[in-house]
Amino acid sequence: MTMVLDLALIVWLLALAVHVARARDDQSAIIAFIAFGLLLGLGWTRLSAIDVAMTEAAIGGGVTGMLLLRAEARLRQRSLQPRTPSKTAKAAAAVACTAVAAGLALAVLSFPSPAPTLAPAAAAALDATGLGNPVTAVLLAYRALDTLLEKVVLLLALLGVWSLAPDQLWGGAPELRQAVAPPPFVYLARILPPFGVLIAVYMCWVGADAPGGTFQAGTVLAAMWLLIMLAGLRPAPDTRRTTLRLLLVGGPALFFAIGFLGFAVAGGFLAYPESATKPIIVGIETALTISIALTLGLLVAGPSSRAPTP
Amino acid sequence: MTSLANAFTLIAIGGGALLFLAGTLGLLRFPDTLSRLHALSKADNLGLGLIVLGLLPHAETFTGGLKLVCVWLLAQISAATASQLIAGVLYRRKPRP
Repeated sequence: MTMVLDLALIVWLLALAVHVARARDDQSAIIAFIAFGLLLGLGWTRLSAIDVAMTEAAIGGGVTGMLLLRAEARLRQRSLQPRTPSKTAKAAAAVACTAVAAGLALAVLSFPSPAPTLAPAAAAALDATGLGNPVTAVLLAYRALDTLLEKVVLLLALLGVWSLAPDQLWGGAPELRQAVAPPPFVYLARILPPFGVLIAVYMCWVGADAPGGTFQAGTVLAAMWLLIMLAGLRPAPDTRRTTLRLLLVGGPALFFAIGFLGFAVAGGFLAYPESATKPIIVGIETALTISIALTLGLLVAGPSSRAPTP
Repeated sequence: MTSLANAFTLIAIGGGALLFLAGTLGLLRFPDTLSRLHALSKADNLGLGLIVLGLLPHAETFTGGLKLVCVWLLAQISAATASQLIAGVLYRRKPRP
Protein backbone atom coordinates (compact mmCIF):
# COMPACT_ATOMS: atom_id res chain seq x y z
CA MET A 1 0.00 0.00 0.00
CA THR A 2 2.78 2.44 0.92
CA MET A 3 4.51 1.37 -2.31
CA VAL A 4 1.49 2.65 -4.27
CA LEU A 5 1.60 5.95 -2.36
CA ASP A 6 5.33 6.35 -3.00
CA LEU A 7 4.92 5.63 -6.70
CA ALA A 8 2.05 8.12 -6.90
CA LEU A 9 4.24 10.71 -5.18
CA ILE A 10 7.08 10.12 -7.66
CA VAL A 11 4.76 10.36 -10.66
CA TRP A 12 3.23 13.51 -9.23
CA LEU A 13 6.66 15.08 -8.65
CA LEU A 14 7.82 14.27 -12.17
CA ALA A 15 4.60 15.61 -13.70
CA LEU A 16 4.88 18.84 -11.69
CA ALA A 17 8.53 19.25 -12.70
CA VAL A 18 7.57 18.91 -16.37
CA HIS A 19 4.73 21.36 -15.83
CA VAL A 20 7.07 23.92 -14.23
CA ALA A 21 9.45 23.65 -17.18
CA ARG A 22 6.68 23.87 -19.77
CA ALA A 23 4.35 26.49 -18.23
CA ARG A 24 3.98 29.44 -20.58
CA ASP A 25 3.40 32.13 -18.03
CA ASP A 26 5.93 32.75 -15.29
CA GLN A 27 3.44 33.14 -12.47
CA SER A 28 1.85 29.73 -12.91
CA ALA A 29 5.30 28.18 -13.26
CA ILE A 30 6.30 29.72 -9.91
CA ILE A 31 3.11 28.57 -8.20
CA ALA A 32 3.66 25.06 -9.53
CA PHE A 33 7.24 25.29 -8.24
CA ILE A 34 5.93 26.11 -4.75
CA ALA A 35 3.67 23.05 -4.90
CA PHE A 36 6.70 21.08 -6.09
CA GLY A 37 8.66 22.17 -3.01
CA LEU A 38 5.86 21.06 -0.69
CA LEU A 39 5.56 17.69 -2.44
CA LEU A 40 9.31 17.24 -2.31
CA GLY A 41 9.03 17.84 1.43
CA LEU A 42 6.52 14.98 1.54
CA GLY A 43 9.05 12.86 -0.37
CA TRP A 44 11.75 13.56 2.22
CA THR A 45 9.31 12.55 4.97
CA ARG A 46 8.86 9.21 3.21
CA LEU A 47 12.67 8.83 3.35
CA SER A 48 12.45 9.52 7.13
CA ALA A 49 14.49 12.71 6.73
CA ILE A 50 12.15 14.95 8.72
CA ASP A 51 14.72 17.73 9.17
CA VAL A 52 15.29 17.94 5.42
CA ALA A 53 11.55 17.73 4.77
CA MET A 54 10.85 20.69 7.02
CA THR A 55 13.63 22.76 5.48
CA GLU A 56 12.49 21.88 1.97
CA ALA A 57 8.90 22.87 2.71
CA ALA A 58 9.98 26.12 4.39
CA ILE A 59 12.72 27.18 1.99
CA GLY A 60 11.84 25.42 -1.28
CA GLY A 61 8.10 25.83 -0.92
CA GLY A 62 7.95 29.06 1.05
CA VAL A 63 10.78 31.57 0.85
CA THR A 64 12.05 30.73 -2.65
CA GLY A 65 8.51 30.83 -4.03
CA MET A 66 7.88 34.21 -2.48
CA LEU A 67 11.21 35.59 -3.74
CA LEU A 68 10.41 34.42 -7.26
CA LEU A 69 6.84 35.77 -7.13
CA ARG A 70 8.07 39.20 -6.03
CA ALA A 71 10.76 39.25 -8.70
CA GLU A 72 8.16 38.31 -11.31
CA ALA A 73 5.75 41.02 -10.11
CA ARG A 74 8.54 43.60 -10.25
CA LEU A 75 9.42 42.61 -13.80
CA ARG A 76 5.76 42.82 -14.82
CA GLN A 77 5.28 46.21 -13.14
CA ARG A 78 8.07 47.74 -15.14
CA SER A 79 6.66 45.92 -18.18
CA LEU A 80 10.12 44.58 -18.76
CA GLN A 81 9.20 41.63 -20.88
CA PRO A 82 11.83 39.08 -19.99
CA ARG A 83 13.23 37.89 -23.28
CA THR A 84 12.05 34.40 -24.03
CA PRO A 85 15.06 32.20 -24.59
CA SER A 86 15.57 30.88 -28.10
CA LYS A 87 14.87 27.29 -29.09
CA THR A 88 18.57 26.43 -29.09
CA ALA A 89 19.07 27.86 -25.60
CA LYS A 90 16.11 25.85 -24.34
CA ALA A 91 17.42 22.70 -25.98
CA ALA A 92 20.89 23.29 -24.50
CA ALA A 93 19.37 23.79 -21.03
CA ALA A 94 17.31 20.62 -21.42
CA VAL A 95 20.36 18.62 -22.49
CA ALA A 96 22.45 20.00 -19.62
CA CYS A 97 19.72 19.26 -17.06
CA THR A 98 19.21 15.74 -18.39
CA ALA A 99 22.94 15.11 -18.32
CA VAL A 100 23.21 16.25 -14.68
CA ALA A 101 20.17 14.18 -13.67
CA ALA A 102 21.49 11.12 -15.50
CA GLY A 103 24.92 11.58 -13.93
CA LEU A 104 23.43 11.84 -10.45
CA ALA A 105 21.22 8.81 -11.05
CA LEU A 106 24.24 6.84 -12.26
CA ALA A 107 26.26 7.87 -9.21
CA VAL A 108 23.45 6.86 -6.84
CA LEU A 109 22.88 3.53 -8.63
CA SER A 110 26.58 2.66 -8.58
CA PHE A 111 26.87 2.94 -4.79
CA PRO A 112 28.15 -0.29 -3.29
CA SER A 113 25.53 -2.11 -1.27
CA PRO A 114 25.38 -1.43 1.66
CA ALA A 115 26.29 2.17 0.86
CA PRO A 116 29.25 3.64 2.75
CA THR A 117 27.88 5.59 5.67
CA LEU A 118 29.09 7.62 8.60
CA ALA A 119 25.74 7.31 10.35
CA PRO A 120 26.90 4.79 13.01
CA ALA A 121 29.91 6.98 13.80
CA ALA A 122 27.68 10.06 14.03
CA ALA A 123 25.28 8.25 16.33
CA ALA A 124 28.11 6.85 18.48
CA ALA A 125 29.60 10.28 19.12
CA LEU A 126 26.21 11.80 19.93
CA ASP A 127 26.68 11.35 23.68
CA ALA A 128 29.74 13.60 23.70
CA THR A 129 27.68 16.50 22.35
CA GLY A 130 24.81 16.14 24.79
CA LEU A 131 22.38 16.45 21.87
CA GLY A 132 19.60 14.04 20.93
CA ASN A 133 19.21 14.92 17.27
CA PRO A 134 22.08 13.58 15.12
CA VAL A 135 21.25 16.06 12.34
CA THR A 136 21.84 19.00 14.67
CA ALA A 137 25.04 17.33 15.87
CA VAL A 138 26.29 17.11 12.28
CA LEU A 139 25.27 20.69 11.50
CA LEU A 140 26.61 22.37 14.63
CA ALA A 141 29.31 20.08 15.96
CA TYR A 142 30.88 17.67 13.43
CA ARG A 143 30.54 19.90 10.38
CA ALA A 144 30.09 23.26 12.08
CA LEU A 145 32.42 24.96 9.60
CA ASP A 146 30.03 24.24 6.69
CA THR A 147 27.10 25.66 8.63
CA LEU A 148 29.10 28.75 9.56
CA LEU A 149 30.08 29.49 5.97
CA GLU A 150 26.52 28.84 4.81
CA LYS A 151 25.25 31.58 7.09
CA VAL A 152 27.89 33.99 5.81
CA VAL A 153 26.77 33.22 2.24
CA LEU A 154 23.23 34.15 3.25
CA LEU A 155 24.47 37.56 4.45
CA LEU A 156 26.39 38.05 1.19
CA ALA A 157 23.17 37.34 -0.72
CA LEU A 158 21.41 40.04 1.29
CA LEU A 159 24.24 42.48 0.51
CA GLY A 160 23.76 41.65 -3.16
CA VAL A 161 20.05 42.47 -2.96
CA TRP A 162 20.69 45.69 -1.04
CA SER A 163 23.25 46.79 -3.62
CA LEU A 164 20.47 47.05 -6.20
CA ALA A 165 19.17 50.19 -4.48
CA PRO A 166 20.06 53.53 -6.11
CA ASP A 167 22.62 55.65 -4.24
CA GLN A 168 20.22 58.20 -2.77
CA LEU A 169 18.02 55.44 -1.30
CA TRP A 170 20.90 53.48 0.27
CA GLY A 171 20.14 52.73 3.90
CA GLY A 172 16.43 53.40 3.45
CA ALA A 173 13.55 51.01 4.02
CA PRO A 174 12.27 48.53 1.46
CA GLU A 175 8.65 48.98 0.42
CA LEU A 176 6.58 45.87 1.00
CA ARG A 177 3.14 47.14 1.81
CA GLN A 178 0.46 46.75 -0.81
CA ALA A 179 -1.55 49.83 -1.77
CA VAL A 180 -4.64 48.43 -0.06
CA ALA A 181 -4.22 45.43 2.20
CA PRO A 182 -7.48 43.43 2.07
CA PRO A 183 -9.16 43.22 5.51
CA PRO A 184 -9.04 39.39 5.73
CA PHE A 185 -5.29 39.56 5.16
CA VAL A 186 -4.83 42.18 7.88
CA TYR A 187 -6.90 39.98 10.20
CA LEU A 188 -4.63 37.00 9.45
CA ALA A 189 -1.56 39.17 10.08
CA ARG A 190 -3.01 40.06 13.48
CA ILE A 191 -3.89 36.58 14.72
CA LEU A 192 -1.24 34.34 13.15
CA PRO A 193 2.05 35.83 14.48
CA PRO A 194 1.54 34.73 18.12
CA PHE A 195 1.13 31.14 16.89
CA GLY A 196 4.07 31.54 14.52
CA VAL A 197 6.42 32.91 17.15
CA LEU A 198 5.46 30.11 19.54
CA ILE A 199 6.08 27.49 16.85
CA ALA A 200 9.42 29.09 15.92
CA VAL A 201 10.63 29.15 19.53
CA TYR A 202 9.56 25.53 19.92
CA MET A 203 11.29 24.47 16.70
CA CYS A 204 14.52 26.21 17.68
CA TRP A 205 14.49 24.70 21.17
CA VAL A 206 13.46 21.18 20.18
CA GLY A 207 16.05 21.10 17.38
CA ALA A 208 18.66 19.87 19.86
CA ASP A 209 16.77 16.65 20.50
CA ALA A 210 14.22 16.20 17.71
CA PRO A 211 13.69 17.32 14.10
CA GLY A 212 13.72 21.09 13.92
CA GLY A 213 16.38 23.74 14.21
CA THR A 214 17.59 27.16 13.20
CA PHE A 215 16.63 27.25 9.55
CA GLN A 216 13.09 26.03 10.07
CA ALA A 217 12.51 28.29 13.06
CA GLY A 218 14.10 31.27 11.29
CA THR A 219 11.88 30.77 8.24
CA VAL A 220 8.72 30.66 10.34
CA LEU A 221 9.77 33.86 12.13
CA ALA A 222 10.58 35.52 8.81
CA ALA A 223 7.17 34.51 7.47
CA MET A 224 5.42 36.10 10.44
CA TRP A 225 7.45 39.30 10.06
CA LEU A 226 6.68 39.46 6.34
CA LEU A 227 2.98 38.95 7.08
CA ILE A 228 3.02 41.93 9.43
CA MET A 229 4.93 44.12 6.96
CA LEU A 230 2.76 43.08 4.00
CA ALA A 231 -0.41 43.91 5.91
CA GLY A 232 1.04 47.31 6.70
CA LEU A 233 0.77 46.79 10.47
CA ARG A 234 4.44 47.73 10.90
CA PRO A 235 6.65 49.39 8.29
CA ALA A 236 9.82 47.74 7.03
CA PRO A 237 12.83 49.07 8.97
CA ASP A 238 15.50 51.35 7.56
CA THR A 239 18.28 49.05 6.41
CA ARG A 240 20.92 51.36 7.89
CA ARG A 241 19.67 50.96 11.47
CA THR A 242 22.47 49.82 13.74
CA THR A 243 20.35 47.41 15.81
CA LEU A 244 19.10 45.73 12.66
CA ARG A 245 22.61 45.29 11.28
CA LEU A 246 23.94 44.05 14.61
CA LEU A 247 21.19 41.43 14.81
CA LEU A 248 21.87 40.42 11.20
CA VAL A 249 25.53 39.69 11.81
CA GLY A 250 24.93 38.56 15.42
CA GLY A 251 24.47 34.85 14.65
CA PRO A 252 27.51 34.34 12.42
CA ALA A 253 29.59 36.69 14.62
CA LEU A 254 28.81 34.68 17.75
CA PHE A 255 29.57 31.50 15.82
CA PHE A 256 32.97 32.92 14.74
CA ALA A 257 33.74 34.17 18.25
CA ILE A 258 33.03 30.75 19.77
CA GLY A 259 35.01 29.16 16.95
CA PHE A 260 38.11 31.21 17.73
CA LEU A 261 37.59 30.75 21.46
CA GLY A 262 37.90 27.04 20.71
CA PHE A 263 41.65 27.57 20.11
CA ALA A 264 42.09 28.77 23.68
CA VAL A 265 39.64 26.50 25.48
CA ALA A 266 39.40 23.25 23.57
CA GLY A 267 42.43 23.20 21.28
CA GLY A 268 41.06 23.95 17.82
CA PHE A 269 38.86 26.13 15.64
CA LEU A 270 35.19 25.44 16.41
CA ALA A 271 36.08 22.91 19.10
CA TYR A 272 33.73 23.13 22.06
CA PRO A 273 34.72 22.34 25.67
CA GLU A 274 33.17 18.97 26.41
CA SER A 275 31.23 20.02 29.52
CA ALA A 276 29.43 22.93 27.87
CA THR A 277 28.77 21.61 24.37
CA LYS A 278 25.00 21.64 24.54
CA PRO A 279 24.54 25.12 26.04
CA ILE A 280 26.98 26.52 23.48
CA ILE A 281 25.14 24.87 20.60
CA VAL A 282 21.74 26.05 21.83
CA GLY A 283 23.16 29.58 22.25
CA ILE A 284 24.56 29.60 18.71
CA GLU A 285 21.26 28.25 17.38
CA THR A 286 19.27 31.00 19.08
CA ALA A 287 21.45 33.78 17.70
CA LEU A 288 21.45 32.15 14.26
CA THR A 289 17.66 31.82 14.26
CA ILE A 290 17.25 35.57 14.75
CA SER A 291 19.86 36.35 12.08
CA ILE A 292 18.27 33.94 9.60
CA ALA A 293 14.78 35.30 10.24
CA LEU A 294 15.94 38.87 9.59
CA THR A 295 18.04 37.90 6.56
CA LEU A 296 15.23 35.93 4.90
CA GLY A 297 12.66 38.63 5.65
CA LEU A 298 14.87 41.36 4.21
CA LEU A 299 15.79 39.21 1.19
CA VAL A 300 12.10 38.97 0.30
CA ALA A 301 11.52 42.65 1.11
CA GLY A 302 14.12 43.56 -1.51
CA PRO A 303 16.34 46.61 -2.00
CA SER A 304 15.40 49.82 -0.23
CA SER A 305 12.92 51.92 -2.14
CA ARG A 306 12.51 54.88 0.21
CA ALA A 307 15.03 57.49 1.26
CA PRO A 308 16.40 56.85 4.78
CA THR A 309 14.60 58.79 7.50
CA PRO A 310 17.05 61.29 9.01
CA MET B 1 -13.80 0.00 23.85
CA THR B 2 -10.90 -0.07 21.42
CA SER B 3 -13.08 -1.61 18.71
CA LEU B 4 -15.59 1.18 19.27
CA ALA B 5 -12.82 3.78 18.94
CA ASN B 6 -11.54 2.03 15.83
CA ALA B 7 -15.00 2.04 14.27
CA PHE B 8 -15.35 5.73 15.06
CA THR B 9 -11.95 6.44 13.51
CA LEU B 10 -12.80 4.46 10.39
CA ILE B 11 -16.11 6.24 9.90
CA ALA B 12 -14.73 9.73 10.56
CA ILE B 13 -11.62 9.35 8.40
CA GLY B 14 -13.64 7.64 5.66
CA GLY B 15 -16.05 10.59 5.71
CA GLY B 16 -13.14 13.04 5.59
CA ALA B 17 -11.54 11.25 2.65
CA LEU B 18 -14.89 11.20 0.85
CA LEU B 19 -15.23 14.96 1.38
CA PHE B 20 -11.75 15.54 -0.01
CA LEU B 21 -12.66 13.44 -3.05
CA ALA B 22 -15.89 15.40 -3.53
CA GLY B 23 -14.01 18.68 -3.05
CA THR B 24 -11.44 17.68 -5.67
CA LEU B 25 -14.17 16.69 -8.11
CA GLY B 26 -15.88 20.03 -7.49
CA LEU B 27 -12.61 21.90 -7.96
CA LEU B 28 -12.15 20.22 -11.32
CA ARG B 29 -15.74 20.23 -12.54
CA PHE B 30 -17.54 23.30 -11.17
CA PRO B 31 -18.19 26.00 -13.76
CA ASP B 32 -17.08 29.23 -12.03
CA THR B 33 -14.40 30.35 -9.59
CA LEU B 34 -16.68 31.01 -6.62
CA SER B 35 -18.22 27.52 -6.75
CA ARG B 36 -14.78 25.97 -7.11
CA LEU B 37 -13.64 27.97 -4.09
CA HIS B 38 -16.65 26.67 -2.19
CA ALA B 39 -15.77 23.07 -3.05
CA LEU B 40 -12.16 23.62 -2.00
CA SER B 41 -12.94 25.20 1.37
CA LYS B 42 -15.57 22.54 2.13
CA ALA B 43 -12.94 19.85 1.64
CA ASP B 44 -10.33 21.77 3.60
CA ASN B 45 -12.48 22.64 6.59
CA LEU B 46 -14.87 19.76 7.00
CA GLY B 47 -12.69 17.04 5.44
CA LEU B 48 -9.63 17.86 7.51
CA GLY B 49 -11.86 18.38 10.56
CA LEU B 50 -13.31 14.88 10.23
CA ILE B 51 -9.86 13.35 9.76
CA VAL B 52 -8.55 15.12 12.86
CA LEU B 53 -11.67 14.04 14.77
CA GLY B 54 -11.07 10.46 13.67
CA LEU B 55 -7.45 10.57 14.79
CA LEU B 56 -8.23 12.04 18.21
CA PRO B 57 -9.07 8.71 19.96
CA HIS B 58 -5.67 7.43 18.83
CA ALA B 59 -3.66 10.36 20.18
CA GLU B 60 -1.25 8.96 22.75
CA THR B 61 -1.16 12.01 24.95
CA PHE B 62 -3.52 14.89 25.66
CA THR B 63 -1.04 17.41 24.19
CA GLY B 64 -0.75 15.24 21.08
CA GLY B 65 -4.50 15.56 20.56
CA LEU B 66 -4.31 19.27 21.26
CA LYS B 67 -1.64 19.61 18.56
CA LEU B 68 -3.93 17.83 16.08
CA VAL B 69 -6.75 20.25 16.86
CA CYS B 70 -4.32 23.18 16.50
CA VAL B 71 -3.27 21.89 13.07
CA TRP B 72 -6.91 21.87 12.03
CA LEU B 73 -7.49 25.36 13.45
CA LEU B 74 -4.45 26.81 11.67
CA ALA B 75 -5.39 25.16 8.37
CA GLN B 76 -8.90 26.53 8.87
CA ILE B 77 -7.65 30.08 9.39
CA SER B 78 -5.31 30.01 6.40
CA ALA B 79 -7.88 28.37 4.11
CA ALA B 80 -10.54 30.90 5.10
CA THR B 81 -8.16 33.83 4.49
CA ALA B 82 -7.01 32.47 1.13
CA SER B 83 -10.63 31.97 0.02
CA GLN B 84 -11.53 35.50 1.07
CA LEU B 85 -8.53 36.94 -0.76
CA ILE B 86 -9.28 35.07 -3.99
CA ALA B 87 -12.97 36.01 -3.80
CA GLY B 88 -11.97 39.64 -3.14
CA VAL B 89 -9.77 39.77 -6.24
CA LEU B 90 -12.61 38.26 -8.24
CA TYR B 91 -15.10 40.81 -6.91
CA ARG B 92 -12.84 43.74 -7.74
CA ARG B 93 -12.18 42.45 -11.26
CA LYS B 94 -15.87 41.99 -12.04
CA PRO B 95 -17.42 44.92 -13.92
CA ARG B 96 -19.91 46.67 -11.65
CA PRO B 97 -23.55 46.64 -12.81
